[in-house]
Amino acid sequence: MPQNDTIAVAMSGGVDSSTAAAILAREGDGSGVSRNTVVGLTLQLWDQTRLAGKHGIPDTPKAGRCCSLDDVYDARRVAEHLGIPYYVVNQEERFERDVVRPFVDEYLAGRTPIPCSLCNNHIKFDQLLKTARSIGAERIATGHYAVNEFDKKRGRWIMKRPADLAKDQTYFLFGLTQEQLAHTLFPLGHMTKPEVRGVARKHGLMLAEKPDSQEICFVPGGDYKQFITAYLEEQGEATSESAGELVAANGEVIGRHAGIHNFTVGQRKGLGVASRVQSGAPLYVLNIDPASHRVTVGADAELATRTLHARQLNWISIAELTEPMRVRAKIRHRHEPAWATLEPGGGDEIIATFDEPQRAVTPGQAAVFYDGDEVVGGGWIV
Amino acid sequence: MRPYWMEEFGNASSIHLQGQKARTAVDHARETLARFFHCREAEVVFNSGGTEGDNTAIFGLLRPGDHFITTSIEHSAVLRAADRVAERGVEVTFVAPSANGLIDPERIRQAMRPATRLGDSRRTLVSVMLANNETGVVQPVEEIGSIAAEAKAFFHIDAVQGAGKVAFDVRRFGCHLCSISAHKIHGPKGVGAMYVRRGTPLEPLIVGGSHERRQRAGTENVPGIVGLGKAVELAMESLEDGTMERIAGLRDRLEAGILAISGTDVNGAGAPRAGNTTNIHFEHLEGEALVIALDLKGVAVSGGSACHSGSTEPSHVLMAMGLDKNAARASLRFSLLKTATDEDVDHVLRVVPEAVDRLRALAPLEASTLS
Repeated sequence: MPQNDTIAVAMSGGVDSSTAAAILAREGDGSGVSRNTVVGLTLQLWDQTRLAGKHGIPDTPKAGRCCSLDDVYDARRVAEHLGIPYYVVNQEERFERDVVRPFVDEYLAGRTPIPCSLCNNHIKFDQLLKTARSIGAERIATGHYAVNEFDKKRGRWIMKRPADLAKDQTYFLFGLTQEQLAHTLFPLGHMTKPEVRGVARKHGLMLAEKPDSQEICFVPGGDYKQFITAYLEEQGEATSESAGELVAANGEVIGRHAGIHNFTVGQRKGLGVASRVQSGAPLYVLNIDPASHRVTVGADAELATRTLHARQLNWISIAELTEPMRVRAKIRHRHEPAWATLEPGGGDEIIATFDEPQRAVTPGQAAVFYDGDEVVGGGWIV
Repeated sequence: MRPYWMEEFGNASSIHLQGQKARTAVDHARETLARFFHCREAEVVFNSGGTEGDNTAIFGLLRPGDHFITTSIEHSAVLRAADRVAERGVEVTFVAPSANGLIDPERIRQAMRPATRLGDSRRTLVSVMLANNETGVVQPVEEIGSIAAEAKAFFHIDAVQGAGKVAFDVRRFGCHLCSISAHKIHGPKGVGAMYVRRGTPLEPLIVGGSHERRQRAGTENVPGIVGLGKAVELAMESLEDGTMERIAGLRDRLEAGILAISGTDVNGAGAPRAGNTTNIHFEHLEGEALVIALDLKGVAVSGGSACHSGSTEPSHVLMAMGLDKNAARASLRFSLLKTATDEDVDHVLRVVPEAVDRLRALAPLEASTLS
């Protein structure tokens, strides 16, 4: 049934969300209407000048950084070009509370967080949908590469990997609820990136050739350690509390470190100890113990594990996990999903047992489970 | 304005006849402005608008060691200039308003520093706005003017908001400097004027040619100045022909209609207010979402002040009046144009309650849970 209700498009000023807006405003959502009523919204999430110049953070934010003035300008120009109403919505306080602060706390607790997933769960698909509804739009659209559709047989909204697997963003979207999926459009899900740029050109978008942004949007220059130091200083909190020992797998103390937030499981660089300890073989972070502040290092081979535990689960293609299930599990953004068996682990926890041991299962990252192209669900690795 | 873009293209500072035509037009506008300010024509300086006027008063008078007294509810054209002179060694005092948004003149008096010795060359400048741009509250500038005079302080009035809305006379106000903007009285954007009392030792902000009696260099914006003159003429008429009373009547009806919605109150209630503005606090509501929802229904209202990106920050004016961040965020300003009609008010009163209900149903109390 054709729907011509108002759609709020989250516009970042990049090619993807701009093209999503252009498609809806010029071609419609594919339900049969020739175009949709579209309102452009940009979420103002972080003041890029806030920590500028502190602890090596660049003085002037680079272009292509979310919430930079240049990107807001680009988004507004696209909206003007498409002739759609456009607004900037300030969500800085929520973003700091729900994304930035947890990001910092996770590192301080020895885990490796994914702020993009937190932002999707708490801001983009939660607050944005609320804002959209309050201004009279029942659905939102984003420029994410993912496919969502309603499966009548199961009576559930499902999410699938997109046509362009190199741009697949489903890993970051595993937290979407049924309610959110039902009110979200991903107009780029069936397109490849080159096709998206082609559509952008076809609609005369000046930013069709704008490069993709890759880094964490609120960490200018991409150095999260600088960011954490500068942020904690701004908040008047000490950073050195998590300094501790660097130990070998056999328990031998081989050095000291300045704080556990400087490490992530699988990390090789910046350990501050020579690799001679293990007869010339490079050392990697094997484990970070937030209680003792002890960081254990060892050989690459010791990073491999066969099981992972995940909590704070969200299920998409199934209502809940009641019996063992064969899936492919992805444990970080650039990880090739690997075969595993999922089992309920008691309480709000599941256990995934891999067929082949996987390298660097990292607490704080998401584990997302796939059945073919479908996202079964996911959770946070503990 | 129209002929001065194309046909009468002369430069008002040129000697030739074309230039003289432009000069005549500028002088005619100057005469109108002098009538409006109640000053001499030689005391009118044309500029680019209120921000330039505010900046000129502050940067043009104050030197390191001087004292600047202003209020925490001024426009950012004053507040940011105050920050800058503070960095340059000027002592700056910000006077806070009462809960209803009024500046108590006594607090200005208390902020004055006694002269340390005879012949002290230290200057004091007081800058207060005529009417607040967010609440419409009209400040007691006459009393402040006499306090400034007693203390031998200079007095600048940012009259960008008050001009055209309240009776105007710089002699009565007792000010040395007064800034206005054309676009706030239905004139063109990017042009304004400043009253500079004869003998005021004001350094020009922009130097170059000898335009505007060396008070403001740069070729005169002839079409803009002509437009400003016309706007001022019409504003003076509106003050006399009952237009502003009519608008105040519409504003009162609008305000009463909105106050019928539960959980609403007026910011600045009880203080004298410009007749075209009302600032309303809606409990348990996201102001920014309401602004957008109303805009999409053809009702243009404003929340706080636009921040660098174009989104809104909670109003510093409302927070100075004692509102917390959430209450400030949940407050909207409704301003009526001179051309507003009963039908316009009816439309707003249809749209607002509906939008407020919708928002409150979607996010009950959510705003108040944020710190």
